[in-house]
Amino acid sequence: MNVQQANGSMSGAFFALVRRDLLLAFRRRTELLFPVIFLLVVVSLFPLGIGPSPQLLGRIAPGVIWIAALLATVISLDALFRSDYEDGTLEQFVISGHPLTLIALAKILTHWLVAGLPIVLMSPLLAVWMNLPSGTLGVMVATLIIGTPILSLIGSIGVGLTISLKRGGQLLSLLVFPLYVPILIIATAAVMASADALPYTQFLGLLAAGLITSLTLAPFAAAAALKISLS
Amino acid sequence: MLSASKINFERYFEPVFKPVSFDLDAGGLLLITGANGCGKTTLIRVLAGILHPTSGTLSMTAANMAYVGHYLAIKDDLSVIENLRFMRDFMGTSQRSAQEVIAEVGLERVKHNQARNLSAGQRKRCGLARLLLSEADLWLLDEPYSNLDVEGVDLVDRLLLRHLEAGGSAVVATHGAHRLEWHGTVDYFLESGALT
Repeated sequence: MNVQQANGSMSGAFFALVRRDLLLAFRRRTELLFPVIFLLVVVSLFPLGIGPSPQLLGRIAPGVIWIAALLATVISLDALFRSDYEDGTLEQFVISGHPLTLIALAKILTHWLVAGLPIVLMSPLLAVWMNLPSGTLGVMVATLIIGTPILSLIGSIGVGLTISLKRGGQLLSLLVFPLYVPILIIATAAVMASADALPYTQFLGLLAAGLITSLTLAPFAAAAALKISLS
Repeated sequence: MLSASKINFERYFEPVFKPVSFDLDAGGLLLITGANGCGKTTLIRVLAGILHPTSGTLSMTAANMAYVGHYLAIKDDLSVIENLRFMRDFMGTSQRSAQEVIAEVGLERVKHNQARNLSAGQRKRCGLARLLLSEADLWLLDEPYSNLDVEGVDLVDRLLLRHLEAGGSAVVATHGAHRLEWHGTVDYFLESGALT
């Protein structure tokens, strides 16, 4: 098999890709804003649907915000590799000689900056909206800071596997939601424990372990999935 | 620069082309011709390393290669110059500026236009500009003449000749026979799935 040596440095390629994808995200403002607007709409529907009782809303707030974050992440995932796949850029990445793992990691980082970080930044507003006890706001934000990158990392594997399928987006949600369940359970358990004045650091530790594990494994798995899809 | 020994590629257990063997040295050109569906694009994608051969061995001694396929890796939301600057930064090639290659392929007038506003021929020229920016020793070109006007076709010929004279090598897949004036410099032909 022919393996090409890359001309430039890996860090140069990594930052060039991150820079380009951020520029593209800001050029495609609709794609950039859609997950955030979706998040706001989903969360705002709950008080309308189940009533504005502050106690009830405060109790379900961690679950509602996290489920909305999961949904907002999933709807933005399909764009992770799709345009690069469709316009031939992914082929250029493969023959560039740079490791596809590094390229996948750059794409995942950009996805988190564009889709995950706005969710984290919006969460204090959503917490107030849902009457989340103020003492638990910090834990809520911490779970999102640790948890949303895991969503992007795990999601990248699903996107890599489904990118060559015509209706891959539908299959993608079926693939990734079961993998997101443990993150949802652990993250909401941390916030609920904090609201009940119980220890919650063990849950944050579990989330951090999940982040480290997915950061170590997911880019390799996503790169392998992309290679399979390209062939 | 590129050697293939009995490489074969099967799709759904059916061989796409007959086993291919060749040695392409510096200055060599492999021209792949044939009707639609004879396996030109598949072979060139195998040579590029995008597809893995089902059997046989492929080895490359060229320092680097560049591939221009049907899809030109152009982002519609970026301008011509932004697309090329990204590729230069990504590939780490800095000997030539994006500005320089844009002038060479005749895209000076539209360099700040978003790529979505380019014609098919201008997009192909943008792909050629990326090829020049890559400074690759080995060029893999799939239908390089498609969508180009007469001037564009001459440009491809000129760039290819200069590349081969400078010691580079190239694999060119084209379904048209109108480029057979290349015959004098061609080392191998692949026609109807078999290399001659």
